[in-house]
Amino acid sequence: MAGQQHDLHTQTLAELAKGLSDGTFSARELTEALLSRIDEHDASLNAFISVTADWALARADDSDAARSKGKVSALSGLPIIYKDIFCTSGVLTTCGSRILENFVSPYDATVVERLSAAGAVMLGKTNMDEFAMGSSNETSYFGPVKNPWNTECIPGGSSGGSAAAVAARLSPAATGTDTGGSIRQPAALTGTVGLKPTYGRVSRYGMVAFASSLDQAGVITRTAEDAAMLLSVMAGFDERDSTSVDHPVPDYVGGLGASPKGLKIGIVRQHFDAGLDAQCGARVKEALSALEQQGAKLIEVDLPNLDLSVPTYYVVAPAECSSNLSRFDGVRFGHRAEGAKDLLDLYCRSRGEGFGAEVKRRIMTGTYVLSAGYYDAYYLKAQKVRQLISQDFKNAFASVDVIAGPTAPTPAFKLGDKTDDPITMYLNDIYTIGANLAGLPGISVPCGFVDELPVGLQLVGPHFAEGAILACAHQYQQLTDWHQRVPEAYQ
Amino acid sequence: MSLSKEQVQHIATLARLHLEEEQFDDVVAKLSSIVDFVDQLQKAPTDDVVPMAHPLNQAQRLRPDVVTETDERDAIQANAPSVSDGFYLVPKVIE
Repeated sequence: MAGQQHDLHTQTLAELAKGLSDGTFSARELTEALLSRIDEHDASLNAFISVTADWALARADDSDAARSKGKVSALSGLPIIYKDIFCTSGVLTTCGSRILENFVSPYDATVVERLSAAGAVMLGKTNMDEFAMGSSNETSYFGPVKNPWNTECIPGGSSGGSAAAVAARLSPAATGTDTGGSIRQPAALTGTVGLKPTYGRVSRYGMVAFASSLDQAGVITRTAEDAAMLLSVMAGFDERDSTSVDHPVPDYVGGLGASPKGLKIGIVRQHFDAGLDAQCGARVKEALSALEQQGAKLIEVDLPNLDLSVPTYYVVAPAECSSNLSRFDGVRFGHRAEGAKDLLDLYCRSRGEGFGAEVKRRIMTGTYVLSAGYYDAYYLKAQKVRQLISQDFKNAFASVDVIAGPTAPTPAFKLGDKTDDPITMYLNDIYTIGANLAGLPGISVPCGFVDELPVGLQLVGPHFAEGAILACAHQYQQLTDWHQRVPEAYQ
Repeated sequence: MSLSKEQVQHIATLARLHLEEEQFDDVVAKLSSIVDFVDQLQKAPTDDVVPMAHPLNQAQRLRPDVVTETDERDAIQANAPSVSDGFYLVPKVIE
């Protein structure tokens, strides 16, 4: 009886999997419960661009029918929502942009294909900063997303719709993408778990490209255990992504029991400099003490070029974006301007109308740093500094197993507070960008509150050490209940 | 301002972006602030550093040179703003 399952929205994927398996409720009941939550609450959040209710109910019925015949796979009947950057066959994929407002992909992204094949049921597609370019979800053509902890605040970005929906209990899990912190930073600001795997760990095929040497798909959930469940399905080699890595996929869920006893945790001296909000710093230090009490060893390390990571990123990422986004020409797909006088005018006007202000700034920054006379001074220089930053991490990992610190310098800020100054907006990602430049896995896990807004602890590991950071995050969640707190208006 | 209006117009043309006249002052100011910000990189000593293009230092993978794609023209052109007989239509290019 659906009426008895009033708390389905508060359960984790792992709990829901057990309930489905035990027959406590059906996939249809679960799907209906969450669709009704979305219907009731999304108007206050704007977390969704598309809700795929009919599709979801049909898939849920398929799942129930298959289960009754004993056909069950890893995620049978479990809900998932996709950031609107993942191509979904037959369903709009807008990337938060006017230029893709009416785009319907003829194929599924590999991430979508794998999660669907494992039985996950798509409830909808989530709002995001346009082309994943933003840290506050305010650059979306479809309007900003609100933070469920305070709807006057931003949820972080660019995967802000995914994070807000998971925090508000509209879905237990969402996909996201992380080019400079776009999974981890919104997870921190909404009190959710956000995992960015190693570069190449999860296929980029069918993910609208922003910066190809940095982009990586991951997940936003409420627990590290749920992130491990999803990563086990999503990770692995894909011949359709030329930078996919052929590396064995371990049993991430099975590895969660690893104790923090003896784990060497690197504390970065530069993380606790002036840029960090003092109260956020205090929450992070409390979390580190909790891990130390479990037997972890805290060891100070240096990332001497940390302050150069944001400027490096804002050369490399715009350069790659200016190249990737040249495909939007108003001819083959996407928005086309009316009344163009010639082909050049058609390109310029279609792109001028189709892209928002931040995307244009990034394309132009990228065009500038790649242009004749400036390439060596900016792009080549940034690639060299990227090497230095990567080497800093290698040096640190010679003496520690993981690096821990703040995910973001402050809790969520007010809508509109930073939209006039791109540089203050960019500096939100100071602690997350390094992992993208070096291709490392990172996770943000809720570690407390400042003024009733969530704070995140970030763990970063060496290449392919997703298992280690997931286990550390999971063990921390066994000691704390921050992830079980529900925003007042979304109980 | 580290960039002039003329430079910004040149970049916009290279990037195939039409900017409205009233947007220019804002674009020049914000792009200049971004260029000033990334100029910090110049202070880093990088004389013997090898540029990093790929986070795992991987080489591009090769595949056998065989046809793997099927003809999906109709499905692909369903997203095009203007097509006729399987061709994409654009404003007249040759007078």
